[in-house]
Amino acid sequence: MVNSRINTENLNLWFGKNHVLHDVNLSIYDKKVTAMIGPSGCGKSTLLRCFNRMNDLIPETRIEGRIMLGEKDIYAPKTDITKIRAKVGMVFQKPNPFPKSIFNNVAFGLAIQGKYSKCDIHSRVEESLKAAWLWDEVKDRLHSSAMALSGGQQQRLCIARALANSPEVLLLDEPTSALDPQSTAKIEELCLELKKSVSILIVTHNIAQAGRISDYTAFMYLGQLVEFGKTEAVFTVPGDKRTEAYLTGVFG
Amino acid sequence: MNKRTLNNYLGIGILAAFLLMTIGFLVVFLVRMFYKGLPVLSLNFIFRNPREAMTAGGIFPAVAGTFWLTSLAILVAFPLGVLTAIYLSQYGKPRWLVRTVKVAINTLAGTPSIIFGLFGMAVFVNLMGFDVSLLSGSLTLAILAMPMIINATEEAIRGVPNDFSEASLALGATKRQTIMKVVLPTALPSILTGTIISIGRVAGETAPIMFTAATFYSRRLPHNITDEVMALPYHIYALMTEGTKPEAQVPIAYGTALVLLLMVLTISAGAVAIRFSIRRKRKW
Repeated sequence: MVNSRINTENLNLWFGKNHVLHDVNLSIYDKKVTAMIGPSGCGKSTLLRCFNRMNDLIPETRIEGRIMLGEKDIYAPKTDITKIRAKVGMVFQKPNPFPKSIFNNVAFGLAIQGKYSKCDIHSRVEESLKAAWLWDEVKDRLHSSAMALSGGQQQRLCIARALANSPEVLLLDEPTSALDPQSTAKIEELCLELKKSVSILIVTHNIAQAGRISDYTAFMYLGQLVEFGKTEAVFTVPGDKRTEAYLTGVFG
Repeated sequence: MNKRTLNNYLGIGILAAFLLMTIGFLVVFLVRMFYKGLPVLSLNFIFRNPREAMTAGGIFPAVAGTFWLTSLAILVAFPLGVLTAIYLSQYGKPRWLVRTVKVAINTLAGTPSIIFGLFGMAVFVNLMGFDVSLLSGSLTLAILAMPMIINATEEAIRGVPNDFSEASLALGATKRQTIMKVVLPTALPSILTGTIISIGRVAGETAPIMFTAATFYSRRLPHNITDEVMALPYHIYALMTEGTKPEAQVPIAYGTALVLLLMVLTISAGAVAIRFSIRRKRKW
C-alpha cells in the first residue's frame, strides 16, 4: 500500500483570462518518483510550480481547487508560504547556485530560518552534500565559489541545497535538460537513491528518462492530466490515444 | 579598385578622423592642464593654507572642504538612493506612484546644477535656517547625487538574474530575506561603481555650493557642519573672477584645477578597478 504525499483535488489555474490547468487530480506518492511528461506548453511546469506556490509570484494568477500536502491545504488562507517552500524543495531547469561559496549555498535554507546553531548547520551541510553525491568532489573547497563548479556539479549542489531543508517532496523541473549525458546519468541515479527518503516529482521532456527512473508517470496535454498511472502500465498499454501518440513520437 | 572598396575606405577614414579629433581634444586639454598646473603643484601647495589674499601659498582648506562636502553628500545620498531604488525595483506599488517618482528622478537628473544651488539656498539656507554652511552645501549636493545613485542601483538590481531570487524564494526565504541576502550582495559591486562615479561628479560641482556652502577665503579649516567652507571648484572660479592680481592668481587656479582633475580621475580609476574585478569574478 502506498501513501500519497500530495493530492490535488480539481485544480484549475488561470493566468489572467488564460485557463492553463483544467481539473487536475493528481497524487504524488510517498517515496516514489513521479514523472510528468507532455509536449511544451501543456502546463507541466505550471502544475509543478503549484506545489510550492511559486506561481504566486506571477501577477493575476488565480487558483481553484485544493492541493493537500499531507493533511494540510497549502492554498488555505493564512498558510505560511515560506514553511511550504521549505517542505517542498525545488530544483530548476538551469542550475542556479547563488554567487556564494559552496558551503553558504547549502546552508542558505537553514540560515534564513535562524533557528539552527552553527554546529547543526555544519553537519546538515555535510549530510546534504553527501546525499547529493557531491561531498567527495567539494569537501576540500567548501568555501570557494559555487560558480566555479561544472554544470552537473552545480545541479547536484542545487539538489543538496534543497535537501538541507529536509523536504518531504522534491520538485525537479527538467533538471537535466541543460546537462551533458554523463551528468544526466548521475542525476538520474541520484533520484533513485533519494527516493528512499523523499517523494520526487520530475518534469521531463525526455521520455526515455521518465521510463528509466519513474515509478509513476503523468501525461499532460493542453492543460489536462490525460493519463496517470504506474510507469510500466502507461508505457506499455497507454489508456489514451493521445498518450500513445506522444510516447511513440507522433507529436511532441 | 572598384567603387565599393573605395567607398569603404572613405567611410572608415571619416570615422577614424572623427575619433582622432575626439581624442585630440582630450589630449590637448590634458596637456594644457598639466603644462599650466604642474609648475605650481607640490605637497606644500596641497597641504598648506593660502597666503597674501590668495596670491601665494596652498589650497588645503579647499581640498578639505571638497572632501567634507563630498563625503557628507554621499553619506546622505547613498542610503536614501539605494533604499528608494530597492522600493522602486522590488516592491513598486502602486504603479502610478512608481511612474511619477521615476519621472521626477529623471527630471531631477536633467536639471541644471545652478537650479540645485538656488533650491538649496531657498530651502536649506533660508527656510531651514542652516545658513551658508557645510550642512546646506552637502544636502544640496546630496539631492544632486541622488538621481544618479537611484538609477545606478536600479540598473544594478535589474542586472541580478531572476534565477537567484527564485532559488532563494523556493528555499523558503521571505522577500525581505531574498533582497537582503541574495539580491543586494549580488548587486553591490555595481551599486558601488555607480556611486563612485557620482562622487566624482559631486566633487566637481560649483553651482550647487556657490550660494549654499562655499566661501572665497577661510582662514581655518571647517570645524563643524555649520561652518562655511572653501571648495576646489569654487576656489578656481573665485581665483579667475575676483581679486586684484591675476598674474599671481591664474597659475594657482590651474594648479587647483589640476588637483581637482587628479582627484576625480583617481576616484574614477577606483570605479574602473572595481568593475574590472567584478567582471573577472562573475560567471553567470
